Formats: sequence, structure tokens, C-alpha cells
Amino acid sequence: MSEFEPIIVAFCCHYCAYGAADLAGSMRLEYPPNIRVIRLPCTGKVTPIYLLRAFEKGADGVYVAGCLEGDCHFIHGNLVAKPRVNYTKKLIQEVGLEPERLEMFNMSAAMGPRFAEVAREFYERIKTLGPSPLNKKVHVTSAAA
Amino acid sequence: MVIGERKPFDEIMKMIEGHNKIMVLGCGGCVTVCLTGGHDEVKVLSSQIRMAREKDGKPLEIIEKTIERQCDPEYIEGIQPLLPEVDAILSMACGAGVNFVAETYLGKPVYPALNTTFVGGSKKEGYYVERCQTCGDCKLYYTAGICPIARCSKSLLNGPCGGSTKGKCEIDPEVDCAWQLIIDRLNSLDQMDRYEEFMAVNDWRTNRDGGPRKMIREDFQR
Repeated sequence: MSEFEPIIVAFCCHYCAYGAADLAGSMRLEYPPNIRVIRLPCTGKVTPIYLLRAFEKGADGVYVAGCLEGDCHFIHGNLVAKPRVNYTKKLIQEVGLEPERLEMFNMSAAMGPRFAEVAREFYERIKTLGPSPLNKKVHVTSAAA
Repeated sequence: MVIGERKPFDEIMKMIEGHNKIMVLGCGGCVTVCLTGGHDEVKVLSSQIRMAREKDGKPLEIIEKTIERQCDPEYIEGIQPLLPEVDAILSMACGAGVNFVAETYLGKPVYPALNTTFVGGSKKEGYYVERCQTCGDCKLYYTAGICPIARCSKSLLNGPCGGSTKGKCEIDPEVDCAWQLIIDRLNSLDQMDRYEEFMAVNDWRTNRDGGPRKMIREDFQR
């Protein structure tokens, strides 16, 4: 199990978290390379199916990173995303996945260090949870090989 | 529109146990509007089912399909070419849709993914309330457009009863007293004379009590 390296998908808003990721890079901040960033025009674009597909395709953890509340470029996209993420937590729980594998974070484009911090925190969380129940067999097989 | 709510996930999983390939069939009518059985919900449920079965080591293949309406043979016939491939159909329509699909394809098991709950409308996005009980004999002329059958907890025709307090029903402080609403509205429309007329005992034969109902437009019969 010590070899487990999670696959984490981060849906990032173009106007904040994606900029923050860019800034984290410019600042030479280190964060786990397991994060796969998908850029969205706004977190309001997130629907449960986006998040479910990520898990279905093999993600061990998924998070949505949007603007600070009240600061959405499209006025309330991040406030639309928040209840959707909470609703999707219930959906993955029904399937048998831990709801902690999914989270929503808020940050501004100026918060490069926060982006790296969130990436590290979420990485640790998923690492502790272990592989997604859907990926367990894959990890066992690769460990055996 | 007809409002439906998705059945508990475990109940759905139990229904499709033993099948290796199913069709999850959405409906483009009422259940799309009330966000429980349309194109998006088909994708969500299918994804959940695939993951749950994958987790248990019993993968299942799903054809995701949404048709215009499941209460219309014209649209149901469109899925026929896909049927030989699947073991069963999981319908996300209201009960009427499930019945129609089952009647059309006698050789295929058809399961309901929703519980059909009531006829109503949306107060706002994602918030639905009951407004009609399809009793078959509208009394809305006398009651200022507010239905005492559907909205009074006792379906009283000459209300209110003693359980009405400060405009709320005794069953729940959040539920409006339908008769209070009716009287207030009749008053504001200056139509209180309609409240003076006693409504006779209801003839429930037009409701479900007269057995399954039908409506036929003769000029369309060929």
C-alpha cells in the first residue's frame, strides 16, 4: 500500500484557481505531481456527471477549486457549484465511495501558496483514504506484478 | 407536470441484479423538467450503477438513451433496434411511461427507477409542490383557482375546518391552509358570493374510484 500514488483530478476555474496554479508554478512552490488540472470557464460549469465521470475513469480523489465566495467572475457560479458538489458527495456515497474523496475549495488567482497547500492537503487526505474502491484491483494487480 | 423522485439507489441495484446489459431510458417530458429522469439524470444514474457494479466485481454494460416522451408509442418505437442487445430496461419516466414501455415490449423486463409522487409545478428551480390530484371534476371556479382537493389536507369542499390557525394547517405549521388562501383570494377578487354556495358531496366516480380512466377525442379516431 505504501506505493499507492493517488490520481487526483482538480476542476479549476479559469479566473481563480487556474491562475493560482500558474502563480504557484511561477513562485516555484512544490506540490504533489498527482494533481491533474482541468480548466473550466467557471466552477458553475461543474455538474454531478463531470465529477462522477472522473471517479468512473479512475480518479481516487476529485476537487473543485473556484473563486472566493462573492468574487465569482460570473457573479454566482461558485455558489452554484457548492451545492452540486455536496449533492455529488451523496451520489458517490450511494455507490460506496467515501464522500471525503470529493471536495470544493475557494481561492483567488493571487493565492498561489494556497493552491499548493490545498493540493498537498488533499493529496494527504486521499493517500490516507487509500485507493478508490473502484481502483483497488488495479493497485493490487500492479503491486503483485 | 408529473413529479417523480428517484428510488433509493439500493432498490434500483436490487432490481437489476443478475443482468449484464441494460438500457437506462430517460424521458424528455415532465421528469426532465423536475430534474429526476431526463438526459442528465440518465447519465448520472448510469455512471453510479456502472461504478457500483464495477466495485462488486460484476461489471455491467449500459445503453444510455433518452426519448422525447415515454407515454407516447410513437417515441417508444424508436428504441426497438437497440432492444435485442439488452436484458432489461430501467425506465426513468413516471409510472405512465413505465407502463407504456412495458406494454410495447412484452418480452423485455421494464423496471421503474423513479417513484411517481404527484402532479404539481415548480415554485423555483428544484422545488416542486403538489397542485392537482386529478379528481376529474375541477372546482376551481368556486375556489378562486386554488384547489381544495389537492391543497386542503382533508380535501374539504366546504372549509376551513377547526384545524386552521393563523393561515396554517394543523398537520404542519409550514403548510398553508388551502381554505384560508381561497377565502383571502375570493375576498381580494370581490367574489365572496361564490364562497356562499355550498358544494355538494363530491362524486368520486370521476376520480380513481371509478376505475382506470380514459379520454377519447372522437375526431382523431380512425
